[in-house]
Amino acid sequence: MPDLGLNVLFEGSNFLRLLLGLWVTVKISLLSVSLSIILGFFLGILMTGKHPLIRILSTLYLEFVRIMPQLVLLFLVYFGLTKAFHVNLSGTASAILVFVLWGTAEMGDLVRSALISIPKHQYESASALGMTTPQVYRYIIAPQTLRRLLPLAINLTTRMIKTTSLVALIGVVEVLKVGQQIIEANRFHAPTAAMGIYGTIFLLYFLVCFLFSRLAKQAERYGKD
Amino acid sequence: MDLLFLKTHIPMYLEAAKLTLNLASWGILLSFFIGLVCSLIEYYRIPVLRTISRCYIELSRNTPLLVQLFLLYFGLPKIGIALSSQSCAIIGLTFLGGSYMAEAFRSGLESVEKIQLETGLSIGLSQKQVMGYVVLPQALSVSIPALCANVIFLIKETSVFSAVALADLMFVAKDLIGLYYKTNEALLLLVISYLIILLPISLFASYLERRLRYAGFGT
Repeated sequence: MPDLGLNVLFEGSNFLRLLLGLWVTVKISLLSVSLSIILGFFLGILMTGKHPLIRILSTLYLEFVRIMPQLVLLFLVYFGLTKAFHVNLSGTASAILVFVLWGTAEMGDLVRSALISIPKHQYESASALGMTTPQVYRYIIAPQTLRRLLPLAINLTTRMIKTTSLVALIGVVEVLKVGQQIIEANRFHAPTAAMGIYGTIFLLYFLVCFLFSRLAKQAERYGKD
Repeated sequence: MDLLFLKTHIPMYLEAAKLTLNLASWGILLSFFIGLVCSLIEYYRIPVLRTISRCYIELSRNTPLLVQLFLLYFGLPKIGIALSSQSCAIIGLTFLGGSYMAEAFRSGLESVEKIQLETGLSIGLSQKQVMGYVVLPQALSVSIPALCANVIFLIKETSVFSAVALADLMFVAKDLIGLYYKTNEALLLLVISYLIILLPISLFASYLERRLRYAGFGT
């Protein structure tokens, strides 16, 4: 059995530092997801509207954000904004901005398809009963769409957490970067630490995302009743 | 905007795009294969292999490609397995893509009702024939949209290859920003390159999706 350099993990506060790095990752994704869910709802409702200009604009936005790799978007915001408009965002801020933009597009599409999947006669019967538009949404549409959206939103969180690993490439100190620092610092007395550290990070990511996937499965089962 | 800069550096982007596409197509081809194998294992409920493929799918779906690549590229050499960055990229992409493809194929296979399989067997087709002539063609047409989405997803994921020292599009862009500080131009070319690669594929995917709807049985 070759030396995996796992003992480095338990020297000093290395493992704690990794966990704190992981917390940075999770924090960025949870913050972005919650903002995206709120904004995505508005986008989704806007997209089901009939105004042609809004439709065209939202489709363009959606397609652009979805077709570009997230790393490209991160570069655009992190390097591009600074140069073109002299807006100097920190790595974390640009990461959150990008993930909110991306998450809003994804969430908006999910909300739109959930809204469309509700048959038109429900809207019509509700207003025939004398409900106002806010009431229709509050009592008829929202309960049904929310149930369908819950597992999808949790899945989006998982994807967000996985994508957050990219922020290491624009200089945010999260779990991957902390791992690199630990490996560099122990280069001489534990030259094989890379395997152990990256393996641990792999497992940490797995544990977090696996938890969320299980949660999504549970939510799916709950949504079916 | 420096037009001359744009013109002189387009060839660099072309080279990088070629590399990206080359690695992506290998990765996608191999993940198609792995995905099909995993979904067939799941479909026939082969005992031990099934557990292995389940574990693989969970592991690969719940970890980011960047971490997988770091493990392959920086971790494995420490235990004596040194791979070139190209093979790391292809293995990483296949490891990631295989599970996504497997899920896509699985949902297709599940959509074909059991009765068709039984009917096929009862009129004297062999297991292989039932799979080849009855189940797979229908399953494929159902899974095409998901497969196309996966292809686009995997091409997008190649953007992290720059982290394992491959001169892909991201790498070139970052290089040019660092060398000449021409951020706007470098990023513009980057966005255009990805649009040129991904937009036709995305349009073709939606075209294919519309055409293939008719391939199902009894619809």
